[in-house]
Amino acid sequence: MKYLQNDENRGKRIIITVIGPDRVGIIAGVTGILAANNFNILDISQTIMQEFLVMVLIVDSENSSLDLSMLKDRLAAKGAEMDVRIDAQHEDAFKFMHRL
Amino acid sequence: MLTIQEIIETVTMVQEEHLDIRTITLGISLRDCADADPRAACQKIYDKITRLAGNLVPVGEDIAREYGIPIVNKRISVTPISLVAESSRTDDYLIFAETLDRAAAEVGVNFIGGFSALVHKGITGGDKKLLDSIPNALDKTERVCASVNVATTKAGINMDAVALMGRLIKDVAFRTADRDGLGCAKLVVFANVPEDNPFMAGAFHGVGEPESVINVGVSGPGVVKRAVERVKGSDFGTLAETVKKSAFKITRMGELVGRSAASRLCVPFGIVDISLAPTPAIGDSVAEILEAMGLERCGTHGTTAALALLNDAVKKGGAMASSYVGGLSGAFIPVSEDAGMIRAVEEKALHLDKLEAMTCVCSVGLDMIAVPGDTPAETISAIIADEMAIGMINQKTTAVRIIPAPGKQVGDYVEFGGLLGRAPVMPVHRFSAADFVGRGGRIPAPIHSLSN
Repeated sequence: MKYLQNDENRGKRIIITVIGPDRVGIIAGVTGILAANNFNILDISQTIMQEFLVMVLIVDSENSSLDLSMLKDRLAAKGAEMDVRIDAQHEDAFKFMHRL
Repeated sequence: MLTIQEIIETVTMVQEEHLDIRTITLGISLRDCADADPRAACQKIYDKITRLAGNLVPVGEDIAREYGIPIVNKRISVTPISLVAESSRTDDYLIFAETLDRAAAEVGVNFIGGFSALVHKGITGGDKKLLDSIPNALDKTERVCASVNVATTKAGINMDAVALMGRLIKDVAFRTADRDGLGCAKLVVFANVPEDNPFMAGAFHGVGEPESVINVGVSGPGVVKRAVERVKGSDFGTLAETVKKSAFKITRMGELVGRSAASRLCVPFGIVDISLAPTPAIGDSVAEILEAMGLERCGTHGTTAALALLNDAVKKGGAMASSYVGGLSGAFIPVSEDAGMIRAVEEKALHLDKLEAMTCVCSVGLDMIAVPGDTPAETISAIIADEMAIGMINQKTTAVRIIPAPGKQVGDYVEFGGLLGRAPVMPVHRFSAADFVGRGGRIPAPIHSLSN
């Protein structure tokens, strides 16, 4: 998650969280939407918490054709298809809470 | 550097622990709307509110979506109507309440606060007209909230106003009897009322405030409860530290949302109110935090100490997280809006007297308490007087929001639904305080009010 350290691109980064049972195709499903709409993926990490897959992507929305609201809708629809919960939030929601 | 654990912590707080922003409240000054013709004054009020608050709801919804944190309520507070309406040639202020109601409906907010009067030392002509209009206003409008400040540490307690409020509350309950006395849930009696409180029903836009301002009220009992559960058995230092850290994180979200809303609406950012505001949802309860600290039921011996620790730790954590803290800022203990409180009352663990003791160490006061419908007005006034005394002597805000539930007895329930919830009817003392309340006049300010 080193990309959150520096402040260039501030305000353009979006954090996407995927939580749910692990299955084939989750990463492909999410990254497919991102690539199609020109979101640049800066970082991906994942872990298993209580048998659930937890994946976090940090993306740069600088050149994307979609606004955050529309991205959320597309990801949520994809999540429903794959039985996982996908959300996208502005990075400030996390930085404000955990960093001074 | 953010870690995946931190990101998941935030997501869990929202998705599983009910973290939300309880309200963004736009304060609007109506001082420039006074007019000798009440209809002209109301037109100015309507125009100003709809002009300044037109974007409040969409902006709130945008922010909630972007940051992924629910903003439960968007609301408006206005200058106390007793001040705005005083110069109008009318004795009935219902028209002002109806105007506020229409403006609130037009911009899509569920409550608008400020049908208020400040009468802690005495009652002016405008104040009296407003007070007399309260029962009708709360009956005929849906979204208007009323509040009356009857005491301050500096001025003492206006017992004439306290006596009047007992009668008014009975009247409001009577007029809204078909709705379980719902009108009383929108009427608060205060001591030391804050001028920048974003929470209903007691919000109004104080006279020292700017033209308009955004104030934010955070929530988050569920987050604190989970954190407290994780330190089961540890000592009080660790417990306080844990609550402080949770309060810090909760408040930071409030700060972010407040600043963001203020900048998008082009109004100054006022304060974050760092209150723990429960909802009727299971797990979003202040009582359950106290129980997680080690009490078998909220209301038993030890409850006041547990609440004191909680309230203080929330303030310490919250104060660090925000540049401007204000409003009520403390844990709320409304009975009807807190599932743990309701259970404690049902199981006879929590009584009115214990609730009163608890209000000595946390914000607000006797909040959303249902009592039998045949409770005399003088008894309600005496309950208010006790609470006002606690506020006056301890130099803090206290309030009473009490519902003498029409036609109901101990063991019955009032049902309001939504955030206002449901409350079991609680017993009151049967011995009279009528001769005390009936004396009239003011209880003098305490010696420590002479601080200059």
